[in-house]
Amino acid sequence: MTVDQDQRLPSVDLRYGELEEELRATVQEMLARLSPPAQVLARCESGDAYDAKLWRTMAVEMGLAGLAMPERYGGAGASLREAAVVLEELGRAVTPVPYLGSAVVATTALLAAGDEPLLTDLAAGAATVALAVPFGTAPGPDRAPPVVRAAGGGLTGTIRAVADALAADTLLVPATDGLYAVPAGAEGVSRHPMVSLDLTRPLCDLTLVGVTGRRVAAGPDGHRAAAAGLAAGAALLASEQLGLAQWCLDTTVEHVRTRHQFGRPVGSFQALRHRLADLWVELAQARAVARYAAACVAVDHPDTPVAAAVAQAFCGPVAVRAAEECVQLHGGIGFTWEHPAHLYLKRAKSAAIGFGTADRHRAALATLVDLPG
Amino acid sequence: MSEEQVRNPPDEARVRDLVAEFLAGHDPAGSEPMEFLRARFDAGLAWVHYPVGLGGLAASRALQPVVDAAFAAAGAPDNEPGRIGIGLGMAAPTIRAHGTDAQRRRFLRPLWTGEEVWCQLFSEPGAGSDLAAVATRAVRDGADWLVTGQKVWTSIAHQARWGLLLARTDPDLPKHQGLTYFICDLTAPGVQVRPLRQLTGEAEFNEVFLTEVRIPDPHRLGGIGAGWLVARTTLMNERVAIGGGALPREGGMIGVLARTWRERPELRTPGMHDALLRLWVRAEAARLTGERLRQQLAAGEPGPEGSAAKLTFAQLNQEISGLELELVGSEGLGYDDWRLRRPDRVDFLGRVPGYRYLRARGNSIEGGTSEILRNIIADRVLRLPAEPRTDTDRPWRDLPR
Repeated sequence: MTVDQDQRLPSVDLRYGELEEELRATVQEMLARLSPPAQVLARCESGDAYDAKLWRTMAVEMGLAGLAMPERYGGAGASLREAAVVLEELGRAVTPVPYLGSAVVATTALLAAGDEPLLTDLAAGAATVALAVPFGTAPGPDRAPPVVRAAGGGLTGTIRAVADALAADTLLVPATDGLYAVPAGAEGVSRHPMVSLDLTRPLCDLTLVGVTGRRVAAGPDGHRAAAAGLAAGAALLASEQLGLAQWCLDTTVEHVRTRHQFGRPVGSFQALRHRLADLWVELAQARAVARYAAACVAVDHPDTPVAAAVAQAFCGPVAVRAAEECVQLHGGIGFTWEHPAHLYLKRAKSAAIGFGTADRHRAALATLVDLPG
Repeated sequence: MSEEQVRNPPDEARVRDLVAEFLAGHDPAGSEPMEFLRARFDAGLAWVHYPVGLGGLAASRALQPVVDAAFAAAGAPDNEPGRIGIGLGMAAPTIRAHGTDAQRRRFLRPLWTGEEVWCQLFSEPGAGSDLAAVATRAVRDGADWLVTGQKVWTSIAHQARWGLLLARTDPDLPKHQGLTYFICDLTAPGVQVRPLRQLTGEAEFNEVFLTEVRIPDPHRLGGIGAGWLVARTTLMNERVAIGGGALPREGGMIGVLARTWRERPELRTPGMHDALLRLWVRAEAARLTGERLRQQLAAGEPGPEGSAAKLTFAQLNQEISGLELELVGSEGLGYDDWRLRRPDRVDFLGRVPGYRYLRARGNSIEGGTSEILRNIIADRVLRLPAEPRTDTDRPWRDLPR
């Protein structure tokens, strides 16, 4: 896109609508009840990281899996703007559910491919789908070609560090000749859980050996469908990062208000007040950036590639800083296993690598906004 | 204002009709510009969110751009808002909020038309960030006040008719309580305005020396001792005025840097490229934040983000102008003009990189330092505990100075 076009960008609504605020309140209340941070931590230690019961409640009973899907597939007919609000709350609670992978990335890829059977199952909460690419894959034209070969007996290849695949019953596999849907339990599929840095979004390595799949989009169409899913993921991950950063700021502010040292609340020291003020400023900016990315991707706006790249170049580092400040300003308790701050730090740092690092997105912007190196 | 008008503020269609009716009766090309502006004020089309009778229609503030665009499209003369920014942005909301009916009627019309220019007599050599420490004294003398003291960093005092003056009326009270707010006539005897040369070489600002300046009591704005309350209205509007405008992508300083980058490939290095892209992203984030704030204001739901806008603007201007100076290398070693001049406005984009770099240092000092803005965010947004203070409950005269 040239700069001349950029300067005539149509205005998109960056506020939250009334329905979005209602949706937020519903999700927030549900998460406070069913998935408080202490419970998330206990679950991480149980070795069964994903909260399948909670995911079923969200996907089936609350209809959130089909939130951003058209009604003809049984979806709620809302858009990725609303899904972004759900993600803010999931980030705030570091909830271990595959919402981003299934309801955003895989759903957007399947909508691009137009695969009715899987979309109908997704909307009903009857299927959970993961796009089988490394979590660190950035959207955009520089993406590496698929590593899975489709030849003779079926699909063969290894894909490392895939997010949300452990919770999925269907894998969406980009292969050399298109995009395939593969049952996670199919003959020849093995999922090797990684010991993941992020305890609340566990990754796995996938190995496929001669696996039979159903092709949902052929050749370049498959490539485009996967790209659409990744772009939606990158754009909406920013909202998850925003919610995460908001929890870190709120929790830290609450801590420094009540923690006393030297006979006064530590939050009354200017060194801390200014650090938290700066963090709040960054958060206010991250909110505008994340809203813009969600609004753009929701309507397939021509500025979406720029919006998603700015979102990941900006919001990832903000979330990391918020989590790092949360640990630091909590002092000793912030470095314990017992306090949930580490769950946020691990999620923030992993998410800053997910869908490409800030640096990769800045490199993408160099091309997108004509600032070549 | 009638009850009817309060209940039914005019909507966009009605406001458009009113502009069209006004233009039908007042030919923008044929009228004397000042007569046209006065008539526009009297028709309630100056600032439509102001009350009826004071240049407004009690309409939504969101309709103002509609009105301004309609007048601009008709080729109508404007009030040169760039020249009367302090009047429009700070004096008007303060007079509207705290003035008497007589003061509103006397001052708002010539303020808006630009017939009378306003300046702000707040800062003093001994009262910068700690504005409530002002030492300029106002002493009652019959029906008047006699004011003596020194003000500093006063923009456009050399062109202004009126000044918003914060002065101490009772030194025996604690610092915030002994202040009173006045409207000072800069043409009165005892007012002396001198240029204040700044590190860029020129003098945008002034020092104002006040020696037994006589101010009639009807020019007091708000109650005796209520000066701090009134001043806070002015200050909040100042920060909105400095940081609040909507910009296109690459509007402002980042656009200058991006243009140089595109036009001068021989200057590029990998380190500069990385720094450029980091700043570009931050500038775009700041732009979107401003746009979101603007949308919230238009919808009548102002957020606390306003207090952050000026902080961000200052940081970005400083870092971008610093990078630009390094990018142009040897050319950055020159400067255009160190002579003492009196510019009408800050021309960030029309001068050399060295000027931009130097002038931007003022952005984090003028209108509230970045440190004070962080305190405001910590206090009012995050509601963090205040730092212990020793200066707020003792008589002002006993404080160390």
